[in-house]
Amino acid sequence: MAILEVKNVGKRFGGLQALGDVNLNIAENSCHAIIGPNGAGKSTLLNCLVGKLTPDTGSVMFDGQSVLGRKPYEINQMGISRVFQTPEIFGDLNVMENMMIPCFAKRDGAFRMHALESIGQERDIIAKAEEMLVDMKLIDKREMQASSMSRGDKRRLEIAMCLAQDPRLLLLDEPTAGMARADTNNTIDLLKQIKEERDITIAIIEHDMHVVFSLSDRITVLAQGTPLVEDTPDKIKGHPKVREAYLGEIQEAA
Amino acid sequence: MFGLNKKDTGILLVVAFLALAAPFILNPFPEGSAMAQFNAGYPDLMQRLVIFGIFAIGFNILFGLTGYLSFGHAAFLGVGSYAAIWMMKLLTMNVVPAIIVSVLFAGLFSLLVGWISLRRSGIYFSILTLAFAQMSYALAYSVLTPITGGETGLQPKYDDPRILDGTLEAGQSPRANLFGLEMNDGFELAMGNWVFTFNAGYYIAAVVMLIAFYLSIRIFRSPFGMMLRAVKSNQQRMNYTGLNTKPYTLAAFVISGMYAGLAGGLLVAMDTQVGAERMFWTASGEVVLMTILGGAGTLIGPVLGAGFIKYMENIVSKINKSVLEQWFAFMPDGIEDVMIALVYPFVGKGWHLTLGLLFMLVVIFLPGGLVEGGQRIAKMFRGKKASDDTTDASKTPAE
Repeated sequence: MAILEVKNVGKRFGGLQALGDVNLNIAENSCHAIIGPNGAGKSTLLNCLVGKLTPDTGSVMFDGQSVLGRKPYEINQMGISRVFQTPEIFGDLNVMENMMIPCFAKRDGAFRMHALESIGQERDIIAKAEEMLVDMKLIDKREMQASSMSRGDKRRLEIAMCLAQDPRLLLLDEPTAGMARADTNNTIDLLKQIKEERDITIAIIEHDMHVVFSLSDRITVLAQGTPLVEDTPDKIKGHPKVREAYLGEIQEAA
Repeated sequence: MFGLNKKDTGILLVVAFLALAAPFILNPFPEGSAMAQFNAGYPDLMQRLVIFGIFAIGFNILFGLTGYLSFGHAAFLGVGSYAAIWMMKLLTMNVVPAIIVSVLFAGLFSLLVGWISLRRSGIYFSILTLAFAQMSYALAYSVLTPITGGETGLQPKYDDPRILDGTLEAGQSPRANLFGLEMNDGFELAMGNWVFTFNAGYYIAAVVMLIAFYLSIRIFRSPFGMMLRAVKSNQQRMNYTGLNTKPYTLAAFVISGMYAGLAGGLLVAMDTQVGAERMFWTASGEVVLMTILGGAGTLIGPVLGAGFIKYMENIVSKINKSVLEQWFAFMPDGIEDVMIALVYPFVGKGWHLTLGLLFMLVVIFLPGGLVEGGQRIAKMFRGKKASDDTTDASKTPAE
C-alpha cells in the first residue's frame, strides 16, 4: 500500500517548468530513491512534499490525507520528517538538548507553554533522548555544543532527531553530500540499520549511486521535471533511458 | 531551592543579597568626603536601579533567548505607567492594583504589537517594533491627550475620584502607598560618618525585582526556555521538527512586554507621574544597551547592565566643572586647566560620550558583556591555581 501518493504535481517558477507532471507512489516500509541529474526537479519535488513549496497543480496525499496547504510543522506532526542536505541542527545547543526538542515535539505537539517546569524533571523525555543517543552512539558527546561536532556526527544527530519523533516517512535530501567516503559508508550502514529495525518508509534523494544502490528497494529517475522510469535497482542500472539522462551516452539530434 | 539547581540558587542569592544590602553597598563613602558624590545609596536612584533591572530582565527573555531584537519596548513600559496612574486616579493610591493593571495592559498591548511584528524577523521585526513605539509616543503626545495628558503628562490630583480611598483632608496631597505604608517612608541610619537610607519604596521594588528575577531563571531553565533558544539557533529545524515557532516567540514577546509594564507600574508607584517621553525611542534603545552591556542571554547580565547604566546616568552626569576643579586643584594651574578641558566632555552632560565609549569597548572586547568579563577574571584566577584547566567558557550554556 502506498503511504505517499503524488498525483500530477506540477510546479513552475516564472518561465521554468520545474516539475512537469509528476506521479509517484511510495510504498509503505520501503526505501524509495529519487535520482536524476542536476536541475531535474528532485529538490523541488521534495519541497512540495514537506510544505516548503505548494505545487501549482496536482495532489499530494500522505496516508490518505492531503498535505497541500499545510505548514511544514503540521506536515511533520502528521509523521513526515526531513533530513537536509546540510545538517540542520540547533548549533548553539548541546547534543542532549538537540535530542530533547523532538522528544518534546512528539509528546506535546506544536506548542506548549511549559515555562515554569524544570527540564530536569522531564524524566520520560530525558530517558527517551538518552536512549536515542545511545542507539546512535552519540551518548559520550551529550554535553558537546552541536555546532562543534564533525559533519558525520551532525548528520547522525540530525537523523537521530528525526527518528526520535517516530516518523512514518523519513525524507532524506542528499544525506551524504560533501561527506568523506568513510562518513558516507557509516551513514549507509546507519540507514540500513534503521530500515531493518523500524517500521519506517524512507524516501531518499541522492546523487551518489553507491548510496542509492545499497539502500533502495525502488528507484524513480527524474529528468527535466518528469519521472523517466521507475523500477527496481537492478533494472534501473541497465536501463537505456537512465544511461541517456545520466551519462549522455546516446546523443539526440538537436 | 525553589526548584532551582545549586548554581542558579547561588545566583539568586547573590542578587538577593545585593538588592537587600544595596543601601550599604551603594554608599561606601563617608558623608562629606570628596568621594561622597559617587554614593548611589539614595532612594530615588536605588529604585531606578531595580526597576530598570526588571525592565532589562524581561527584555532579555525576548532578546537573549529568541534573538528577536525589539526596538519598541519602552512603549510597553509607557502603557504600564499610564495604566498605573489611572488606577491611582480612579481606584486607590494603593500600589497593588496599579501594578497588577499595568502588567495586564502592557501584556495586552504587547500581544497586539507582537502578533503583527512577529510576522517578520531580523531587521524588519526591529523596525516594526520601533514604528509601533514611535506611533504610541506620538499618539500619547497628540490625539490621546485626554487619556495621557499630552505634554504635561498625568499625576494624581486632590479631586480625583479614587473610589476605594476615603476623601483626603484639605491640603493633603495623594501619596502612593502599600496598605498604608507610604513609598517615601523610611529611616536613616547614621554610623560614624556614614549615613545609610532605608526606604520602603525601594524595598518593595527590590522584592518585586527578586520575584521577577526568580521567574526569569525558571523560564530560562524550563522546556519553554529551551524552545526559545532553539528558535534563536535554527527556525528551519524547529519547523521541520513539528514545532510552531510563532506562539513561542509571541509568548516570549508578551512575557517581556509584561515585565516592561511591571517596570512602568513600579516607576509610577515610586514617583507618581507619567509623561510620554518615557516611550521615546531612546528609552527603547536604552534597555537594548543595558542587556547587551550586561550580557544578552545570561541570567544576571541584564541586572548588571541596568545597574551600570543607571549609575552612570545619575552619577557621572552630576560631575560638573566645579567638581572637576576640586579634583584637579592640587595640580599647577596650567596643567589643571588642561586636565579639566580633557575630562570635561566626558562628564556632566557629556556622560553619554563615556557610556558610548564603554559600550564600544564592551562590544568589541567582551561580546558576552560584563558577565563575560567576570567569567574571564574568574578563569584567570582559576587558571593560576590549575593551569591545565582549559574548559572553554563559550562551550558551556549561557547562565
